Amino acid sequence: MLEIEIDGQQIQVPDGSTVMDAAAKIGSYIPHFCYHKKLSIAANCRMCLVQVEKAPKPLPACATPVTNGMKVWTHSESAVKAQKGVMEFLLINHPLDCPICDQGGECQLQDLAVGYGGSQSRYQEEKRVVLNKNLGSLVATDMTRCINCTRCVRFTTEIAGEMELGQAFRGEHAEIMPFVEKTVDSELSGNIIDLCPVGALTSKPFRFAARTWELSRRKSVSPHDSLGANLIVQTKHDVVKRVLPLENEAINECWLSDKDRFSYEALNSAERLQRPQIKQGGEWREVDWQTALEFAANGLRGIAQQHGGQGLGALLSPHATVEELYLGQKLMRGLGTDNVDFRLRQTDFRADGRRSGAPWLGMPIAGVGELDRLLVIGSFLRKDAPLLAQRVRQAAKRGLQVGVVGPTAEEWLLPVRSRMVVPPSGMVSALGQLVRALSEQKSVVVSEAFVSSLPAAVSEEASTLARLVGSGERVAIWLGNLAVQHSQAAELEALACEIGRLSGGRAGVIGEAANSVGGYLAGAVPSGTGLNAKGMIDSPRKGYVLLAAEPDLDFADAPRTQAALQSAEIVVSLSAFDSPALRESADVLLPIAPFSETSGTFVNCEGRAQSFNAVAKPLGECRPGWKVLRVLGTLLGLNDFAYEDSEAVSKAALGADYTRKLAGGETFHVAEAASVTDSGAGLERVADVPIYFADPVVRRSAPLQKTKDAAVPVARLSPATLAQLGVSSGERVRVGQGSGTVELVAAADETLAAGCVRIAAAHRTTAALGALSGRLSVERA
Amino acid sequence: MILAGVDGDRAWRLQDYLARGGYSALKKIISEKIPPEAIIAELKTAVLRGRGGAGFPTGLKWSFMPRSFPGDKYLACNSDEGEPGTFKDRDILRYNPHSVIEGMTIAAYAMGCARGYNYIHGEIFEIYQRFEEALEEARAANLLGADILGSGFSFDLFAHHGYGAYICGEETALLESIEGKKGQPRFKPPFPASYGLYGKPTTINNTETFASVPFIINMGGEAFLNLGKPNNGGMKLFSVSGHVNRPGNYEIPLGTPFSELLEMAGGMRGGRKLKAVIPGGSSSPVLPADVMMSCTMDYDSISKAGSMLGSGAVIVMDETTCMVKALERLSYFYFEESCGQCTPCREGTGWLYRVVHRIENGLGRADDLDLLNSVTGNIMGRTICALGDAASMPVQSFIKHFGGEFQYHIENKKCLVSPEVQYEGSQIYVSPSC
Repeated sequence: MLEIEIDGQQIQVPDGSTVMDAAAKIGSYIPHFCYHKKLSIAANCRMCLVQVEKAPKPLPACATPVTNGMKVWTHSESAVKAQKGVMEFLLINHPLDCPICDQGGECQLQDLAVGYGGSQSRYQEEKRVVLNKNLGSLVATDMTRCINCTRCVRFTTEIAGEMELGQAFRGEHAEIMPFVEKTVDSELSGNIIDLCPVGALTSKPFRFAARTWELSRRKSVSPHDSLGANLIVQTKHDVVKRVLPLENEAINECWLSDKDRFSYEALNSAERLQRPQIKQGGEWREVDWQTALEFAANGLRGIAQQHGGQGLGALLSPHATVEELYLGQKLMRGLGTDNVDFRLRQTDFRADGRRSGAPWLGMPIAGVGELDRLLVIGSFLRKDAPLLAQRVRQAAKRGLQVGVVGPTAEEWLLPVRSRMVVPPSGMVSALGQLVRALSEQKSVVVSEAFVSSLPAAVSEEASTLARLVGSGERVAIWLGNLAVQHSQAAELEALACEIGRLSGGRAGVIGEAANSVGGYLAGAVPSGTGLNAKGMIDSPRKGYVLLAAEPDLDFADAPRTQAALQSAEIVVSLSAFDSPALRESADVLLPIAPFSETSGTFVNCEGRAQSFNAVAKPLGECRPGWKVLRVLGTLLGLNDFAYEDSEAVSKAALGADYTRKLAGGETFHVAEAASVTDSGAGLERVADVPIYFADPVVRRSAPLQKTKDAAVPVARLSPATLAQLGVSSGERVRVGQGSGTVELVAAADETLAAGCVRIAAAHRTTAALGALSGRLSVERA
Repeated sequence: MILAGVDGDRAWRLQDYLARGGYSALKKIISEKIPPEAIIAELKTAVLRGRGGAGFPTGLKWSFMPRSFPGDKYLACNSDEGEPGTFKDRDILRYNPHSVIEGMTIAAYAMGCARGYNYIHGEIFEIYQRFEEALEEARAANLLGADILGSGFSFDLFAHHGYGAYICGEETALLESIEGKKGQPRFKPPFPASYGLYGKPTTINNTETFASVPFIINMGGEAFLNLGKPNNGGMKLFSVSGHVNRPGNYEIPLGTPFSELLEMAGGMRGGRKLKAVIPGGSSSPVLPADVMMSCTMDYDSISKAGSMLGSGAVIVMDETTCMVKALERLSYFYFEESCGQCTPCREGTGWLYRVVHRIENGLGRADDLDLLNSVTGNIMGRTICALGDAASMPVQSFIKHFGGEFQYHIENKKCLVSPEVQYEGSQIYVSPSC
């Protein structure tokens, strides 16, 4: 500890602290622009100059280390004189166009200019003009306002992992710019808007939409990935105008992914369902709620009476709230069936009933920083969980060593020490080898159940990777979306748990959606003889309840799902959005509120339940999903549906200590064989769900759909496979899977395992292909 | 000393250097197994002050290097001579490159560095090529590389050619540039001695400083010190330019009266009257003729007179010089060479230039001189590196010593020195409007 006297207060600060840290400790604000607690120190703005005893000149608080016995004055005459001098320099070339600047009202330069700026300028010369840059569809630029603090540059380099911005030229000609002809394409790019202390970088979708002081600020939780980032949703006249991060060090820190930040643009999309509709005689017509609900209730009741509850099935979205999921399953169970599931893209459910609870990350999100070894299995980590990847990236700088098993070595912008690139069909064997290698290296006996099924030989890569995983003290093993959606997901999970046991670590699941854990806790999974998501499609039901899911985009096998739904007598769809595919499958469309217009709860990957309130009134005649389900339950005469509010529902759903319902990560064993085996001829499909296709909301966010990540899917093949097929990159190929055929552009992908084709799912151009895994044929179109 | 006996086309070659007694200091260290501490002690005795501009005692600087540091340590030579008026280092590299190589090798031995770089200014191509050749000669003769002269000591030295940015002469910007980054100074602390090139302890010295080292080893620190005067040891190269008859580099003992140096340089051109001298490169404060004539050329005397010996670049101006125009040109240089990293320098240098430019062009305002003084006050001591100070000191000193001339310019919208007189002195046409 070091002693420092700062502004007359004697305090102790830890070794390595800066004067800025010490000032923060006593709550003394030192004006600054370039300093940011999450970024490296630049000391270039010079705004934080303070007076230090015995120093001949003022020193920057952000870059001056505290020395024992130091005396600092942050607001003395000489400190303020220096600060004012710097402020004058910052303002001489600044356009001072606050009245037309979107940053106005929340601008650090504007705020500090009030305290440190002059009332008029001594600078009578011509001001600098800097041309604007095209950074893509999310970030607008007014570069003349830039004060060259380089926060954005440091963010892209340090936090997002790739230097997409830099300061070019010298002196007064210095400019912040992207690389020539490039935009900023990071999935975290929106954070540079928050970081920019002036109006140089502002939100393009929000541009000129409102003044910040007109907006109401309301807390919410992101409905997208499994992190559950905390949001501040800003509304004007009940319209969501902007989304900002709500700082939560345990979850999203002060960041947001672009998906969380810009998806709100979909909330008022033209495709929002605003009135209930029913299909009669093949014709859709708008009806009032009463009619629609009675139509739905009668339809469901009719099936239950004719075919028994077993004739019904419910397919619920993992992006739905705990309340919706709970009432959805309760409705089905009330109607006498166990056929309910929310794991719509999953195909292997053999692990059900073998875990000790709901699969989850197995550790707190903030714990990533303390890990020293991490094995990621079958994940598109960077795009599937951008902020989790960001945590891993920071931890890697402090010594975390990352190993990867999966069909692609795609760029995560973080150092991967060791990896096994294997096709999906080779993943079980790869993990088996890891188990064998680990047990040999650590001289720990493999669990009885695995002994007979382990591969006989261990490859060099497996041995290296096992050494990495086995050499840690704080080890985590994460299963990504590809592993969970794998046709042998149960084996992968069991083996991951065994790897956890052998390495002294803990296996967990990253999870694909906001409620991938919450769905389990809410009971939205079949128990006993109930059919799971795949079962309900494989043996079609007579009636379905569809919650917030799109038949052509949100399921493991879109064509079969659509066929099953279309063959049913009644499909009741609760959805915030309309779509042609939905109209083809459904018979009743009940418009429900998206996350912004309802209260609800998401349980994120670390098992943290986060409740939120509506931030805006429901659009048109929309109603919160939980209320619609409540009325449906009542109309159907089911017991216990009279919940007062959503809080009562979530209480019923989660109980007092829901964390006890989380899995313990114990090793388990899968006895029966997988129903689908990935053997046979043809190439293997590797399917990612691209970041901006993942759920109905984000699919409709216009600015996100204009980004590079939302490009139309291509068929990616390894150069060797392309050569074997006699196809070159850029040519069109015909891809056939099952009975579906699509035409796509082929692209070489050096990161992909040989014999694989990577084709994104959840997009209309690839929906005809069906299953996310399996064999397919590729030929020149 | 450094430039003694370097006449002829082949003087820079290894053979000629050896014939002049070159590498005898290195050989002496190796054969007598002189311990590193003794070398540093010798430098301290010699009071060899940094020849790059700051005049920091070299022996003290070398003693800052952590001896017990376990990893790599680096040595860098600053030959990024970019200060207007300074042209000594390139002549050292042109005529006596092996003295620098020998000096660096001794330094590396004294501080335990295994690798060194000579950062050569980007606008001198031939000299860079020559230095590469000299390195090859030294490597071939086992005066560089592994196990130098069978001593067990190894040192690799590389030449690094810059791109001509003035700011890369700032030692931490120089390190950034060697690392392949944009040449921008780092904030200090940490200092290079603890966190330098690639984050490792690094010592950076000027070309002339290194070139002096072999002589100190050969003649002994005491003798070197006695060449100059107390606290200002040895000989120093002065680059004399401006209105003198024989501009060029002059190697003279520190403490030599300025008047003698002026005489060596052939005296004032056309016998005109001396008006002002910038004694240590463009960033050092200008001194009026009478002050300068009473100075001796050493760190302490010039400092006492209110300026700095700097790199020893003596810019001589006679009575035909318009001081406003001179300052305008200097200010333009700093405006163009500011790296743009930190606010006061990025914004302030342009402001200074524009105001001086305005005054020079007859658009000066009554409060401009106060403004200039205030702006320079806001730049000085507030920046990451010394470029802010370097840009400010000429402005402050020009106004301090020649304020009347500026005032005249503002009030009369023309030069005090008439354009005809200016033309006579510089042979450069000056518009009558100024």
